[in-house]
Amino acid sequence: MDVHHLVSMANDIAAFFDSEPDKSAAVEGVRFHISRYWELRMRRAIIEHLQRGGEGLSPTARSAIEKLTPVG
Amino acid sequence: MFAKDYHDLGTPAGKGESVTLDIDGATVTVPAGTSIMRAAALADRDVPKLCATDTLKHFGSCRVCLVEIEGRKGFPASCTTEVAPGMKVRTQSEALTKMRRGVLELYVSEHPMGSCPDSSRCELEHLAEQHGIGESRYAGPKTARHVHTPKPVDHSNPYFRFDNDLCIVCSRCVRACEETQGTFALTIEGRGLDSRVVASENQPFLESECVSCGACIEACPTGALMEKSVLTAGLPQQAVTTTCAYCGVGCSLVAEVTDGAVSRMVPNRNGRANQGHACVKGRFAYGYATHADRVTKPLIRKSITDEWTEVSWEEAINHAASEFKRIQAKYGKDSIGGITSSRCTNEETFLVQKLVRAAFGTNNVDTCARVCHSPTGYGLKHTLGESAGTQEFVSVQSADVIMVIGASPTEAHPVFASQMKRRLRAGAKLIVVDPRAIPLVKSPHVEADYHLRLMPGTNVAVINALAHVVVTEGLTRDDYIAERCDRDSYEKWKKFVAEPVNSPEAMEPITGVKAELIRGAARLYAKGPNGAIYYGLGVTEHSQGSTMVMGIANLAMATGNLGREGVGVSPLRGQNNVQGSCDMGSFPHEFSGYRHVADDSVRATFESMWKVPLSAEQGLRLPNMFEAALDGSFRGMYIQGEDLAQSDPNTSHVTAALASLECLVIQDIFHNETAKFAHVFLPGTSFLEKDGTFTNAERRISRVRKVIEPLCGYADWEVTMLLSNALGYPMNYRHPSEIMDEIAALTPTFTGVTYEKIDRLGSIQWPCNEKAPEGTPTMHVGTFVRGKGKFYVTAYVPTNERTTSKYPLLLTTGRILSQYNVGAQTRRTANLAWHSEDRLEIHPHDAEARGIEPGDWVGVTSRAGDTVLRVEITERVAPGVVYTTFHFPESGANLITTDNSDWATNCPEYKVTAVQVVKVAQPAAWQRRRQSAVPASPRRRRAPADNPA
Repeated sequence: MDVHHLVSMANDIAAFFDSEPDKSAAVEGVRFHISRYWELRMRRAIIEHLQRGGEGLSPTARSAIEKLTPVG
Repeated sequence: MFAKDYHDLGTPAGKGESVTLDIDGATVTVPAGTSIMRAAALADRDVPKLCATDTLKHFGSCRVCLVEIEGRKGFPASCTTEVAPGMKVRTQSEALTKMRRGVLELYVSEHPMGSCPDSSRCELEHLAEQHGIGESRYAGPKTARHVHTPKPVDHSNPYFRFDNDLCIVCSRCVRACEETQGTFALTIEGRGLDSRVVASENQPFLESECVSCGACIEACPTGALMEKSVLTAGLPQQAVTTTCAYCGVGCSLVAEVTDGAVSRMVPNRNGRANQGHACVKGRFAYGYATHADRVTKPLIRKSITDEWTEVSWEEAINHAASEFKRIQAKYGKDSIGGITSSRCTNEETFLVQKLVRAAFGTNNVDTCARVCHSPTGYGLKHTLGESAGTQEFVSVQSADVIMVIGASPTEAHPVFASQMKRRLRAGAKLIVVDPRAIPLVKSPHVEADYHLRLMPGTNVAVINALAHVVVTEGLTRDDYIAERCDRDSYEKWKKFVAEPVNSPEAMEPITGVKAELIRGAARLYAKGPNGAIYYGLGVTEHSQGSTMVMGIANLAMATGNLGREGVGVSPLRGQNNVQGSCDMGSFPHEFSGYRHVADDSVRATFESMWKVPLSAEQGLRLPNMFEAALDGSFRGMYIQGEDLAQSDPNTSHVTAALASLECLVIQDIFHNETAKFAHVFLPGTSFLEKDGTFTNAERRISRVRKVIEPLCGYADWEVTMLLSNALGYPMNYRHPSEIMDEIAALTPTFTGVTYEKIDRLGSIQWPCNEKAPEGTPTMHVGTFVRGKGKFYVTAYVPTNERTTSKYPLLLTTGRILSQYNVGAQTRRTANLAWHSEDRLEIHPHDAEARGIEPGDWVGVTSRAGDTVLRVEITERVAPGVVYTTFHFPESGANLITTDNSDWATNCPEYKVTAVQVVKVAQPAAWQRRRQSAVPASPRRRRAPADNPA
């Protein structure tokens, strides 16, 4: 998976939820969305990217990915 | 016009309280407002008629429908006289017969008996024969109009001809063009014996404003307007009612068959979606189904650089199955997937997603709706609770204010557009939200009250500005919201849209729309009282497509415009079965009925019926499949009925992904762009060969009935079964109705659907279950499907696709009436007479600045790629905006669209691409090669087991 593309996708999702006044709700919105719509290898790739520093991720996207359930 | 098995009642239905009267001694009860003609016909006492037909308002010109009414003087026309309580009517008497004979004789003087090429279809000749008229005493050169003012037959239209000599000037065609189609292309020119029907300014039909919908032919009582196919084929021996395979209106059509071939396609007058109307595609452009380009034999090849080899079905299926097994054994079960098609039936689609989930053992299934209306499913499900439009088409007749956003119904959904225009002519107000001056903005007797001509990519800014006006000017329906909507989400949304940043004035520099227009449009919509929103791909195909759908739902809820006739949020679906393909569980995260694969109880019901463990992990979406193909983790695909290489954005990215696959199996009726990357080609069937159901934009499930046998020997669902069985997962359906029975057993919104019920009712709008045994025309009545309607905060986020000095113009895309989608069907019909190439529309200012003249070739370059198109200079587009259709592969429109996509669904952002346009001398080299290319025939090999019987 092209991780730059995944970063861009995660940031786009975060941009929608960023209009949520409650920041924890925004993070949960992003986490829930990714966990419900992203296929396993996409989730795995974005988690690995975060573990490598998460370059390019917006703060909300980063916080959400930190809360994603680890995948094997 | 003669219509097999149709009883024409003469005038439209009345709508008032019941009225009882006596007609020829029979007691008849009909609604007030019904004509005597219709009441008599309902009592099987048909009154002769010529200028009347039940699809048009009464006209009262032909004088053959006269009747006697007790207590009234004279002989009133039964078409123009309404029923009254206690009225006593005589439809037959010596005096009436004498008068009718006299009138008919005059008509026959101008239309001699036997002059129609097919007299059995001529209402006049039928009637004259019934009245014992052979020849007219008045016939002769002094009275015969066609002798008096001869006019050549107009053969200009590729599908029908007009023979003035056979015309009786009853005006049915003129009125059909006005009332049914709403184009006003026909008129009566001259007076007395000189009067005759003409198109536009007395032009040939093809050059006139005529849109070739066929309404005039349907209305014509003689053979004056007649399909050319009928003239050569003769009387039909069979008539099959089926459903159109073009746009999401889903017109019910009657296919007439002569000697095993379709000789005529007519709109079904009982069709609930189309109400007896059709368009140039559905009515005439069916010839592709038997085009010489059809692939009817299975083909395989080892490499995409090899020639195709024709093989038996058994060999093709076994090869595909063994390749898929090999790939899964080497790379894992999630290394393959499948794509369902919105051009295939519900049953075919359901079976493909079942094949992927049960036989492949993965949820890597997606559908072409990914690239069009997936944001509709997401947005409406989250706000209202169901992934579908809320209304039936007839609801538009109760709308007071119609808002059309990002859609051009007259071009892409023409039959519904005619219904909409009828309502607009009756007084409804119109708001158009579109970067382009679509035909609805100003057309005969229709003019938009507001045209919000926004810059592409600023939909959400506009919907928020509209909502800002509604909220800050106290136009919300607070009682409705308090009763039906989630209070917390409403308060949050209300506070958000009321912020000054969302005001029309603040948004004006972004949207390009004058603030006062936004304010006026918002007030108009909110005050309705019935405000109805119709939208298309101009809403969904954006990086904020889902946000915009939610914004539309927010606005409708805030103004109380959901849950009854005349209001609602209605997505106009692009292809015939977009709704159905989504309903059938084609998305990688959902089973049929939009239920997530991670839901254990839902998954258990499927596992129980399918007798196989199913994955709880959502699969790859279509664009993600391309990404995975490029990284090597996705190696095989089964694509039914879709041309991804032409229809998906950023062609070079898509083709690189397709070329990387180890096994691509496509099932289609033609060699398409995607086939260039395929290893197995399985012939598919056209809608004329299908047996099943389509679901249109109103959630209406209609039967698709087989008109001709599959040219390739197998129905598509049978081919999917063969593949599944070869993979080791048994499927043994004997008829598509058995597949529908399984769908009903597994899908709560379909539990009441059976073929028997569809046949009995004509069609069914889901949900159809215990709560709604005969279906649901209007959704969210009383309460929303999700319970309380939920508002979402929809902040405007500009797209990443920005104009720069290098790419200063914004390209947006759309459709034209005569062509359909990627053109695979319509390009193989005479519809080319209207549109034979895609053109780039550019504003005169932008053209002048670049030295571009009308008809020049221009190079169009984006960040993704470049192509060459011929230019059309027009003010339909605003300065800074260019537009093209994408019906022809040689246009390469998707070479320039980018892979930006909707944040929620990955629906591509087709509608916004920053480009530069420059004058060039000729098309690109690849385009010239393509235009001159002759398709290569496959190498043939003996096929020993090629008998599918």
